[in-house]
Amino acid sequence: MIDNIPLNAFLVISTLMFFIGIYGFLTRRNLITMLMSIELILNSVNINFVVFNKFLYPNLLHGHFFSLIVIAVAASEAAVAIAIIINIYRNFKSIDVDNLDQMKL
Amino acid sequence: MNSYAYTILIPLIPFFVFLFVGMAEDKLKGKLGGLIGTAGLGIATFLSYMTAFKYFITDHVAGTGYTSFKAFEITWLHLTEKLTINLGVLIDPISVMMLVVITTVSFMVHIYSLGYMEGERGFARFYAFLSLFSFSMLGLVLATNLFQMYIFWELVGVSSFLLIGYYYEKPSAFSAAKKAFIVTRFADLGFLIGILILSFNTGTFDFQTLTDPKGLAIASTGGAVFMGLSVITWALIFIFIGGAGKSAMFPLHIWLPDAMEGPTPVSALIHAATMVVAGVYLVARLFPVYAQGGPVALEVVAWVGAFTSLFAAVIATTQTDIKRVLAFSTMSQIGYMMLSLGVSGYGGEEGLGFMASNFHLFTHAMFKALLFLGAGAVIHAVHSNDMTEMGGLRKYLPITHITFLIACITIAGIPPFSGFWSKDEILVAAFHSNKILFGIEYFVAGLTAFYMFRLYYNIFWGHDRHYHHTPHEAPLVMTVPLMILAFGSIFAGFLPFHNLVTSDGLGFEPHINYWIAVPSVLIGVLGIVIATVMYKTENALPNKVAGSFSFLYKWAFRKFYIDEVYIFVTKKIIFNYISRPVAWFDRHIVDGTMNGIANLIVFVSFNIKGLQSGRVQQYGFVFVTGVIALVLIFVYVL
Amino acid sequence: MSLNDIMFYLFAGSILTFSLLTVTSRRILRSAVYLLFVLVSTAGIYFMLNYNFLAAVQLTVYAGGIIVLIIFSILLTSHVSEKAVVAPVKQQIFSALAVAAGAVLTIMTIFKFAFVPSTAPAVDANVHNVGLALVSYNRDGFALPFEVISILLLAAMVGAIVLAKKEKNLESAGSQTKNNPDK
Repeated sequence: MIDNIPLNAFLVISTLMFFIGIYGFLTRRNLITMLMSIELILNSVNINFVVFNKFLYPNLLHGHFFSLIVIAVAASEAAVAIAIIINIYRNFKSIDVDNLDQMKL
Repeated sequence: MNSYAYTILIPLIPFFVFLFVGMAEDKLKGKLGGLIGTAGLGIATFLSYMTAFKYFITDHVAGTGYTSFKAFEITWLHLTEKLTINLGVLIDPISVMMLVVITTVSFMVHIYSLGYMEGERGFARFYAFLSLFSFSMLGLVLATNLFQMYIFWELVGVSSFLLIGYYYEKPSAFSAAKKAFIVTRFADLGFLIGILILSFNTGTFDFQTLTDPKGLAIASTGGAVFMGLSVITWALIFIFIGGAGKSAMFPLHIWLPDAMEGPTPVSALIHAATMVVAGVYLVARLFPVYAQGGPVALEVVAWVGAFTSLFAAVIATTQTDIKRVLAFSTMSQIGYMMLSLGVSGYGGEEGLGFMASNFHLFTHAMFKALLFLGAGAVIHAVHSNDMTEMGGLRKYLPITHITFLIACITIAGIPPFSGFWSKDEILVAAFHSNKILFGIEYFVAGLTAFYMFRLYYNIFWGHDRHYHHTPHEAPLVMTVPLMILAFGSIFAGFLPFHNLVTSDGLGFEPHINYWIAVPSVLIGVLGIVIATVMYKTENALPNKVAGSFSFLYKWAFRKFYIDEVYIFVTKKIIFNYISRPVAWFDRHIVDGTMNGIANLIVFVSFNIKGLQSGRVQQYGFVFVTGVIALVLIFVYVL
Repeated sequence: MSLNDIMFYLFAGSILTFSLLTVTSRRILRSAVYLLFVLVSTAGIYFMLNYNFLAAVQLTVYAGGIIVLIIFSILLTSHVSEKAVVAPVKQQIFSALAVAAGAVLTIMTIFKFAFVPSTAPAVDANVHNVGLALVSYNRDGFALPFEVISILLLAAMVGAIVLAKKEKNLESAGSQTKNNPDK
């Protein structure tokens, strides 16, 4: 099914997706959008795992399961992060990251 | 010889009394603290007498010498295989003699203070400190090794400091305490250096090993020489500096007159009878080492002693504070003891000076304590230290008068009182050794008689001064110790010291040399006669004499300006040329470096604190660019 | 160019386009939807790689679960028409530069390294094999990670509930904070 597509093509896609995610993380002010950027980053990493598994070690399934586990971690992370965001929203009536500079205190 | 193990209790009882009275000070109402202290010391005194009786009489086999042995010893610090520090109890003739002296005088002072210190604030504290002092002093004389002695030596210094500064609200008492502590501490540095040199070269702290008559410990040094003198001599001179500090030998004597700011019983106990003779005891304790290893050091001891006795006697003739007269008299008498040790040889009749020194230490403790306690009774009666404010007191204070007179006669060396016997032995020892030293001491004997009777007449004769209230005799609790000590002063001279306390433990038979005894009595009588003429009735003679020697009189009255010299040396020279540059260095270089570092850190952090903005995205940006930079470096550059 | 290649480039293009839109769109809800497209396209790539179970999980958990969660929270915390505040231009430019540098660096590294594709026979990642591997504890089994991740999920669930639960006195505390802004 993928015989004609080189490994590097997948890697380039995941790399671009990774850095787009980082760009989003660095520039978006909204906490939820930042969370979405993180999901992008995780997803690009998943692609890498899967692709390496498929191209370099097709007789094993380690990359495949690693992706599965990352998806589970991403799910729990999203759940907790959203709980925190909602809590922050209750306290500050805002989810703008610039208002959250209490960390320096 | 374990039947002496109980002697450990002699110092320990005062120690526990000190702890108890010191901690329960607030709870002890009235005289309770004093009574506990006195009772504790009474037990210690009883044990000391028992030890002396047992050691000198019942346990002694006739015809043999007195041995020295350890009644008790534990290893306190086990530093290395070769270096251990022990604590123990050493029993030999001089330590037993000192036990008797210390406990007797201390017990008398304890009783006397019940009356003298009555109603003072901190009465229990006073007794706690007295007990601490007794503990330290007893531990000092019972020490089995140099290091233990040094520990107790310092403890004695501390308790002396505490007692001189007893009236700590009085600035003069406070500064006197500081002065005494600093001067003796300075001298103790010499002691410590001496200990280190001596034990480094002999490999032991132990007195029994060091003073072994065969001299093995000294021989083991291999005769190392430093600046023309053997190291042993240097060590002994340094140790003598420590002893000179505690015994107020010239030029380290300046603290003793000021120490009279303490309560009078303290002066009697510490600054007359016990602590100040610690230096004499130290030299006596190490006497075999001095005799075998350092004849030069012994010569130093003799000359310092002789000079101090003359120097102090001259000053004593001019002072008007009665306690200071007694303080200078003490210095003078300790000078006698030092001289006597210095001219002594080792063994048999050669050791006459050693015996005489200890003998004089014993008798002097009795009569000087008596003099101080008598002076205390006088001060108690007229509330003044100054003899110009006294006169005609013999009518009011009959017991004090009689006992004081006995003490004066004793110190003047009139037979058959005890002072005569011990002083005569010293003069004989000096005569056989060095005629110049003998001449000095002969002259000082006359001076002693003169200034003591000047003191006596000024207090008890002459016409009455205007007193605030009629002086009255001290209570019985104060006069009884006076009478006991007077008894001791009269009869202590008949103790056969030449059989008991000798340099090698063997007795010998002294001969009274009438060619010395008679003139020494005569010069004593001459001194008394001159004092009688000048001071018995008030007349113009003293002023005339003072006028004709005005220069000398003024110098002696100002104590030969030694204090001023010290102040000059410390303030003008040490403070200006040493302390000031050191302080400058400390303030500008050491502190400057520290402050510079601190300021640098403050400056840097002030400038980089913006990095800590608390903004997640900024942190993320720094993190990402950092990772990229690292990847660049590690993948493409390296 | 076979249909497979066309499919791949279609997915790749959609991933990149919607990724960019996700991080640049000023409407948050749209961002979330773009993210959904990205995740679905990723699932397509998994299908192409013949990892059907993983693709299904991607669709259900990511596209189904997480996106729904995100949309819920967006609706809870902001209005649908609300436009996101954009970051200062300086921040955007510097971030873009750093990101571009990182991307170029990584892609260069990828092309420099010669990957050697394996010719070993591929194992079929059907549900039967995946299920067996997931619960077996031998060399190729994943029982331990499976258990660990299940505990993590439980902990995250409890944590999320505790964090998001409304406390009784929260209203007064919240109003206090509002009245005295800490800034």
